[in-house]
Amino acid sequence: MSYNLKENLMREERLAGGHRMCAGCGSPIAIRTVLRQLEPGDKAVVTGATSCMEVSTFMYPYTAWKESFIHNAFENAAATCSGVETAYRALKKQGKLDDTYKFIAFGGDGGTYDIGFQSLSGAMERGHDMVYVCYDNEAYMNTGIQRSSSTPRFADTTTTPQGSVIPGKIQNKKDLTKIMVAHGIPYVAQTTFIGNFKDICEKAHKAIYTPGAAFLNVMAPCPRGWRYPSEDMMKVCKAAVETCVWPLFEVVEGKYYLSYEPKNKLPVEEYLKMQGRFAHMFKPGNEWMIEAFQQEVDRRWENLLALCNL
Amino acid sequence: MSYKKASEINEKIGWRDITPGCNIYEGGTSVTVETGDWRTMKPVINWDKCKQCLLCAPVCPDMSIPVTAEGKRGEFDYFFCKGCGICSKACPFGAIEMVKDEK
Ligand SMILES: Cc1ncc(C[n+]2csc(CCOP(=O)(O)OP(=O)(O)O)c2C)c(N)n1
Ligand code: SF4
Ligand code: SF4
Ligand code: SF4
Ligand SMILES: [Mg+2]
Repeated sequence: MSYNLKENLMREERLAGGHRMCAGCGSPIAIRTVLRQLEPGDKAVVTGATSCMEVSTFMYPYTAWKESFIHNAFENAAATCSGVETAYRALKKQGKLDDTYKFIAFGGDGGTYDIGFQSLSGAMERGHDMVYVCYDNEAYMNTGIQRSSSTPRFADTTTTPQGSVIPGKIQNKKDLTKIMVAHGIPYVAQTTFIGNFKDICEKAHKAIYTPGAAFLNVMAPCPRGWRYPSEDMMKVCKAAVETCVWPLFEVVEGKYYLSYEPKNKLPVEEYLKMQGRFAHMFKPGNEWMIEAFQQEVDRRWENLLALCNL
Repeated sequence: MSYKKASEINEKIGWRDITPGCNIYEGGTSVTVETGDWRTMKPVINWDKCKQCLLCAPVCPDMSIPVTAEGKRGEFDYFFCKGCGICSKACPFGAIEMVKDEK
């Protein structure tokens, strides 16, 4: 069925209010949007990696999750999810369960790109019928904005403080989405919040309902760590897409499809200038940082276009 | 085994009476937590300007813009709304104004 915003919003809201994430946080937007793509009547078992999302939605005895939710530890959301999915398949086979359950793991970038990476890789390789959703805010936000392997080069974080010694983070961002593609799983996609949410809703639905393992990487800005006014969330997401800093694409059975090609690819400054974590890149003498950032974005974009046969 | 409801669990409960493994046996128990009192700015809708495009509803991080069973945008849920302002910027018709929240 083709996407319809109104129909989509009339579905059951599966995340409850009263969670303690900051005003304007991107993470709950990602969660509620993904969960809304469950077909009415289907239930989910959700596992969550320790993160801002986990500590603020699951504060005993207050849970914001209407679905079954399991917090195990930081590094094993995917392993936990894969175990429950296996138990479910066994119970189904024995005729002990009738309901349809879907299996979804949520983790931040720290929990996904770094510390939960091996359990994620294992769960994907084993081909469990589950989807792993990374809400990527490009640092360990919950413990005070430490750099992760997802943090972009030059970003000012508390463990990569920009100044006379280093220019912010030294290394480039890890391209995790492509690493997940290399697992040969049936569905991988990268998305964020744009316009009427068609892109993220359609990708989340495919990720949940494609049989086998799926991975969804959602850029979910953190106004606190990125240092922009909270009301500008949608502007930041749009700039990330229009500058090709965060391209929208999906990979179905190993085949790349570009979801959106900007008519005029904007210079990266349009994205960087909105955020305090990149402010030092605009100081006189630091022009080389913006050039280097642009070069890396261009390199990855050209590579993506080639993969999409464009 | 104690299958206590969230409403029966508070700071004074003893360890014998707490649920095993700190399990919670109901979904969505956070709804009793008022996060609206975090707000410094408050979104206010001008219904004359609202065209019911619904573009503000999916952007809310706090489930504070309900869509009714008839598919219409409802009034803000100020019990949860933290006043982030995302909805105000997302409205293409300038129907949501952020005003200082006087309490
Ligand atoms: C094994 C382990 N190491 C460290 C921590 C402390 N810790 C809790 S949340 C967190 C940061 C999570 O970062 P990320 O996954 O990016 O999620 P975010 O908070 O940014 O949303 C850290 C380091 C922990 N809980 N467990
Ligand atoms: S610190 Fe950032 S990621 Fe964490 S709750 Fe606040 S806005 Fe969200
Ligand atoms: S101000 Fe923020 S929390 Fe309040 S309704 Fe608008 S988007 Fe939701
Ligand atoms: S975005 Fe503006 S016009 Fe559209 S439904 Fe919301 S308030 Fe009304
Ligand atoms: Mg993070």
